Amino acid sequence: MDIFLQLLVSGFAVGGVYALIALGFVLIYKATSIINFATGEFMMIGAFIFYSIMVYAGIHAVPAFIGVMACAALLGFLVERLILRRMLGQPTISIVMVTIGLSSILLGVAEIIWGSDFKSFPAIFPRAPIIVGEIVVRSNIFYGFLISVGAVIFFTLIFKYAKVGVAMRATASDQMAAFSMGINVKSMFALSWALGAIAASLGGIIIGNIVGVSPDLGHIGLKIFPVVILGGLDSIAGAVVGGFIVGIVENLAGGYLDPIFRGGVKDVAPFVVLVLILLFRPYGIFGKKEIERL
Amino acid sequence: MDILKVSNLTLSFGGLRVLEDISFEVNQGEIFSIIGPNGAGKTSILNSISGFYHPDKGRTFLEGNDITRLTPDRRAALGMGRTFQNIALYRGMSVLDNIKLGAHVHLKTGLMSALWYWGGAHREEMALRRKVEEEVIDFLEIEAIRNLPVGSLAYGLQKRVELARALAMRPKILLMDEPVAGMNAEATEDMARFILDIREERDVTIVLIEHDMKVIMDISDRVLVLNFGQKLTEGKPEEVQTHPEVIKAYLGERKARNGHISAVAC
Repeated sequence: MDIFLQLLVSGFAVGGVYALIALGFVLIYKATSIINFATGEFMMIGAFIFYSIMVYAGIHAVPAFIGVMACAALLGFLVERLILRRMLGQPTISIVMVTIGLSSILLGVAEIIWGSDFKSFPAIFPRAPIIVGEIVVRSNIFYGFLISVGAVIFFTLIFKYAKVGVAMRATASDQMAAFSMGINVKSMFALSWALGAIAASLGGIIIGNIVGVSPDLGHIGLKIFPVVILGGLDSIAGAVVGGFIVGIVENLAGGYLDPIFRGGVKDVAPFVVLVLILLFRPYGIFGKKEIERL
Repeated sequence: MDILKVSNLTLSFGGLRVLEDISFEVNQGEIFSIIGPNGAGKTSILNSISGFYHPDKGRTFLEGNDITRLTPDRRAALGMGRTFQNIALYRGMSVLDNIKLGAHVHLKTGLMSALWYWGGAHREEMALRRKVEEEVIDFLEIEAIRNLPVGSLAYGLQKRVELARALAMRPKILLMDEPVAGMNAEATEDMARFILDIREERDVTIVLIEHDMKVIMDISDRVLVLNFGQKLTEGKPEEVQTHPEVIKAYLGERKARNGHISAVAC
């Protein structure tokens, strides 16, 4: 029973971080209908920039966080402005290929700049693990969870209540109508890329702080894929619920099944759940049912 | 005084010529209708005027200013409102939220302060909200449904909410794409009355496309007739109605002798 609770709590904590990275997909998809396959690389670049600011420039963690957010916003903005805006009106498959190409480029650039070795962050959180009764949570997971939850709430509030958020939702729902109400649709696209990149890079820092940073950190982006598909690509609430489901399933599978099957189940389990849920809800748990008008 | 002027508008999609050298002027305070058989290019004209299509040739002027190169959002900010043929409301949002989105144009606060709901943006929002509530909701008689999600409303009411949203922009000129399409007689009559009232009480010039000939002939000041992307004629409803070219376009050659198209609802 103790093990069960322990796995549940760790899964929940990791799930919060997954939810944040999933937001990186959702914020972009919601406004622009583009699935950004370079989200994992946005994470990785964010983590490397954080590492560089802290280690090479010797700056404290809090300003480093802010610096990364600014860089990520700039990266997202430039990617939209220089690459994806030229793809407006092109077939979805072409745009998807562009984001996959972008992920390869970012991976290569990171290897050129930072090399392919693992690097670990200097300690940014208090080291003492958090202990409640019998349950122990590693401090970098616990604080990472807190930051993720804070960021998710922040993004949700912006999207729901701020004027720009409402304008972004309007853009997502009907571009022509948004245009004719005076909303600058193109700047909404740029903004959503900037916000998506910020979410991904924050997630990258938190994951990098747990497992270390290398150019391969981006592969975790693939693991987030079941999260977004589960929740529905266009739903913030879905990203949160999907994040928790994947985090918990992964941990339970790792704790109970990995010893039996000698490893590997932890990574596969989220995809099994994904397939099962999509069998019954093809649009994800919260996804919008699309009716195509012909 | 013309508020909108379109000169020599020519539009093609690839090899297909959609609009051919169309010119017209809309006077301040007028209800100006564009009619024509299916595929004549009516919606293409509206989309060119609001900036969604980029015509090959021709210029568009709003209040004497050349707006040919402006994006649709800039044109909206200059006072050009628009409703759509297929209702383009935000279905998940309430009626009031939809209407408030229309007032977006007039919320002038910078990005940073607008990030937060309170402060200056909040005061502005509240003032705006009162104004919008008083004016538009009362005007279109949608008080009772203001907090309902748009998706739950009947078709005719949704059309009215879409109109309310466009009016919340306080436009100088309103482009309406088939405002009564698919409505029953009663809803059609309401909408026609609202269009007349908008012109009278709110001093908004209206350009509309419609297939319902009775509505067109009842409320329009002037009518432009299109056929296959070309302007057939332009004039008062009664002039257009009896114009031989128009009758030919709508009814074909043989029936043209019998005159009059007012009974034809295409």
